[in-house]
Amino acid sequence: MTTMPPPPAMSAPSAPPSPGPVLDVSGTRPIPFWRLVLVELRKSYDTRAGFWLLATIAILVSLVEAVIMISTLVNDSYVYFEDFAGTAGGIASILLPVLGIILVTSEWGQRTAMVTFAIEPRRSRVVLAKLVVGAVASVVTVAVMLLVGLVCTLVCEALQPDLTYWEMEWWLPLAFIITMTLTMTVGFSMASLLLNTPAAIVVFFLYWYALAIVLFVIADLISGFEEIAPWINFQAALDPVWSWSLETAEEWGQLIVSAGLWIALPLGLGLWRIVHAEVK
Amino acid sequence: MFDVAGSGRLVPMITVDHLTKTYGQFRAVDDVSFVCQQGRVTGFLGPNGAGKTTTMRVMVGLTPPTSGRVTIGGLDYGSIPNAGRHVGVLLDASAQHGGRTGREILSLGALSMGLPSSRVDEMLALVGLTDDEAKRRLRNYSLGMKQRLGIAHALLGDPEVLILDEPANGLDPAGIRWMRGLLKGYADRGGTVLLSSHLLNEVELIADEMILIGNGRIVAQGDKRSLLARAQGSATALVMSLDNAALQAELARRGHLVEAMGDGLKVNVAPEEVGRAALAAEIVLTDLRAGGAGLEDLFLELTSASAREGTGAVPPPPPPPPHAPSPVPTPGGHA
Repeated sequence: MTTMPPPPAMSAPSAPPSPGPVLDVSGTRPIPFWRLVLVELRKSYDTRAGFWLLATIAILVSLVEAVIMISTLVNDSYVYFEDFAGTAGGIASILLPVLGIILVTSEWGQRTAMVTFAIEPRRSRVVLAKLVVGAVASVVTVAVMLLVGLVCTLVCEALQPDLTYWEMEWWLPLAFIITMTLTMTVGFSMASLLLNTPAAIVVFFLYWYALAIVLFVIADLISGFEEIAPWINFQAALDPVWSWSLETAEEWGQLIVSAGLWIALPLGLGLWRIVHAEVK
Repeated sequence: MFDVAGSGRLVPMITVDHLTKTYGQFRAVDDVSFVCQQGRVTGFLGPNGAGKTTTMRVMVGLTPPTSGRVTIGGLDYGSIPNAGRHVGVLLDASAQHGGRTGREILSLGALSMGLPSSRVDEMLALVGLTDDEAKRRLRNYSLGMKQRLGIAHALLGDPEVLILDEPANGLDPAGIRWMRGLLKGYADRGGTVLLSSHLLNEVELIADEMILIGNGRIVAQGDKRSLLARAQGSATALVMSLDNAALQAELARRGHLVEAMGDGLKVNVAPEEVGRAALAAEIVLTDLRAGGAGLEDLFLELTSASAREGTGAVPPPPPPPPHAPSPVPTPGGHA
């Protein structure tokens, strides 16, 4: 049952021989974007690297939550749903950017880019699909974080109902989704710029944490700099998101400008590099 | 079935037009032009580093050309919608994630191209990978298994064009024969095949047309017959007779280059000429055969001569006799 390709739809033999050898692509639709997203999503967990990264996050979260729960129960202290959910989200948001990095760099480390870009030569669509996967991963993580919070709070509720509270700011999950997606995008842009897993991970953590600290310190030391700092320090600009107080036009402006510097610039350069690189 | 080759009507499917790719001073591909006809297998031959892979990478948009262009069925590769459904590509069988299983790799391809998962099973069966092997991770595959998987991946989308870089590399003799049958059948059904190799004998038996490339330039192209005709020009004969000395004198008198070799003589002329000389001089021959002038020699001669110009590492080819048919255009002289 060899399934050999049929000849191209060259119509009847009576067709005039001269008009050329055109590949008949009229019946073929381009690969829809959602299918590219589906493929990239599957690629994010079908390898050991992806799987173990997700597993590591899950294990870390469970460990920390267990510690919090046990100490709460032993000490008979108050506990809020928000504590559990927030802790889970905080831990996940540290490691999640690594997923964003691996999404990009594994194509180069494992040289699968050759296959990926032969199947979809419009490379920017593939990169965009990967970004969407990153955003989806953030949403899923927040959903899991709420679930973990729910389970932990339920246990506490059963054991010490008087000390357990279900309060959580309604916007907290949203703030997590926004910041996680943005952090992931920072990792993503580092990855597309460097196209190398270890380098991208190291540079990301330096960039994301060390640079922000340096900027905070400079703002403290040099008078006048604190005026500029929020415009160029993305971490500082994210503060209003965390307290859900992003109200003034200035705060929005700072968020957009610093995001432009921290994300759009490296991402743009990285995208340009990926689209124009020779894939070997 | 649709018979293109048999009808004598050649339909160009892949057109490489004055393609050049330079890396700094190095010209990896130097003004290369050729055409792959529909329904035919085109062999792309040349030593390692001759520019075959670069040419094929430009074909599928992975390498931007410095100048010139390649079209497939009249289109740029990048403008073919769902390219995998029209053009099957295998450039490097190892360029897959080592941690994925063979089945997973094909499944991802099928998902991208919008094919049912049954297609994956069909392709696995076609290339002879068992269920067990399909469940193994790629890093545990032998090179031959990777090649089979790569061919399966190229055929997934049921394409009209196949572009395969060194597909026989790592296949055992039975595997090479299998692939030969597969590609021959594919071309007979109207498909277009371009496959590269640095080994002539892998390609000689299936290629209807051959492109010889050396040092980034096309050194010869044509069907086997015209290339062989060219090779005959530098033919040699090995001969033994009851009186070698007399035969040598007769051959030399006729203007042929003769040298002693083992118990016999080596003559720079076709065996037929040696037979005539022996007949005229009434010398009894005990052995007469062609001295291995074939495509192999032509291939080596053309490609190494172009690769090592002037170093004298390779003896210069004997001048072709005047009656030798002129070969198909050399360096990129294709219109």
